[in-house]
Amino acid sequence: MNDLRARVWRALDTVLDPELDEPVTGLGFVESCAVSGDGVATVVLRLPTFFCAPNFSFLMVADAYDAVSAVAGVTRADVTLADHHASTEINGGVAAQSGFVGAFAGSDQGEATAELDELRRRFFRKAALAGQDRVARSLVDGGAGPDELAATVLGDVPASAELDRMRHRRAVLGLPHGDDAPLLLHADGTGVTAAQVPLHLRRARLQRVGIEANGAYCRDLLRTRYPAVGS
Amino acid sequence: MYEKNGEKYFVVDSHSHFWNAGRDNWVPGAEHYAKGWIDCFYGYHQLGPPETHWDYEKFLRPTPEDVERDVFVEGHVDHTVFQSTYLREWYRDGFNTADQNAALLEKYGDRWIVNGRWDARDGEASWTEFTEDHERFGFKGVKLYTAEWNGDSRGYKLTDPECYRFLERTQELGIRNIHVHKGPTIWPLDKDAFDVADVDHAATDFPELNFIVEHVGLPRIEDFCFMAVQEPNVYAGLSVVVGGLMHARPKMFAKVMGELLFWVGEDKMLFGGDYNIWTPKWQVEGLVDWQMPDDEQFADYAKLTTATKKKILGLNAARLYDIPVPAELRLDEAAGAMA
Repeated sequence: MNDLRARVWRALDTVLDPELDEPVTGLGFVESCAVSGDGVATVVLRLPTFFCAPNFSFLMVADAYDAVSAVAGVTRADVTLADHHASTEINGGVAAQSGFVGAFAGSDQGEATAELDELRRRFFRKAALAGQDRVARSLVDGGAGPDELAATVLGDVPASAELDRMRHRRAVLGLPHGDDAPLLLHADGTGVTAAQVPLHLRRARLQRVGIEANGAYCRDLLRTRYPAVGS
Repeated sequence: MYEKNGEKYFVVDSHSHFWNAGRDNWVPGAEHYAKGWIDCFYGYHQLGPPETHWDYEKFLRPTPEDVERDVFVEGHVDHTVFQSTYLREWYRDGFNTADQNAALLEKYGDRWIVNGRWDARDGEASWTEFTEDHERFGFKGVKLYTAEWNGDSRGYKLTDPECYRFLERTQELGIRNIHVHKGPTIWPLDKDAFDVADVDHAATDFPELNFIVEHVGLPRIEDFCFMAVQEPNVYAGLSVVVGGLMHARPKMFAKVMGELLFWVGEDKMLFGGDYNIWTPKWQVEGLVDWQMPDDEQFADYAKLTTATKKKILGLNAARLYDIPVPAELRLDEAAGAMA
């Protein structure tokens, strides 16, 4: 059973906060995770504030439900969000597999009007840009200039978790992600020219700072809200 | 005025509050929302230095005496801009209405600048209330809370047709400063109420208005920066940036400041202490003492000059609000150019 719980936890490792581009496990968003003898996985998520946006919150609960349900040996997934202004709608919607729009149908919180696929893609695009700063930074620090950086392809870059992560984001978005794909890429999938490199890198770094600043706030507010748990 | 090492700083706090989140002001049946809201604020409050933390009960409802001491006596603030935020879905008499500021207005006159608010979703009733308040308070600015709940609506955009009309009418009244809350991610449903694209659009169509993006659109700081470089009338409101990061996350604070200085520039950044989430004293003192770290990871961010700090702490906001600055606190052109 402990083994099954470990696999459920690993499944939760794949669930991202879409805005922060980090797993809910590392962010401390998993309040509890338990698996019963007959394979019922009970997971409770929690967030940094009572008013965390319902769209992101819904994505995380729904993704956690899908990830946990898919673990071999889990007979039923019971995934809920605690202490949130839209817990009732989100938990009910995820349990009923009714989608985001269905979850809020008839709610006194108002109606959702669209599913969240585009929202997810939007944050993946941001993550793919921020990833370029993370991967290129060591090359820049090593003295690589604009010409060299514009000519660098993913196959030239030393293996790293960051590189894998960026490839995955690009693959989901349908952007070039093979060994021959340029390291520096515009949002439309075209390569960055040497002349464009300096501004492009500044944009990539700004994107990274933005995402990481959000992450810092979320961690700090979560710790304020649930002090007993520590980090 | 704040003086340090012989330098004098004119301080304008461009974003503060005087709220009533007391239990007796919670709308029956919506108490959990009212509590959830102020609890969010109280969470942010904890990100300041521990010695500045308030008891929760006191935090719910500051008194005029608290404001006087924290802002004007101890806080080094010369002029402060109070941002009205109504939230009547949850707070019976409103969370932070223009009306609540009246007592302090009597006492502090032109040091106490009150901004109004309207909600175009309420149509003419809101406009009437706004213009009546304007008669009394002489607004120079409005605070627009695009994520505010209103009936079934969980937010709006500046580009909504009725909102555009209200912006036109605001401009006709001669009110120039539009503070738009684009801050940490909260509550709208599938709409992203803190997407800054609507500010981009409105700023282009209303070149006579100044758009101060509060909290620099922090969850979307990159979108904000890309927009602000293109729009000469878009400004960065630093509330939450200073209070939430300078103490709690100094390295992240340095990076955010570095990015803002690069993209937006020192002439378009406005200090905001976000009272009483945080008190201004430690923020003003901290900003004056602060410098971009020497560490290599910050190497290509600009260092701050004294002139930069003077602009950010007050001179930029004084310009937008036509606040007279004593000669000894001004930055003469030569000093600005040398800095």
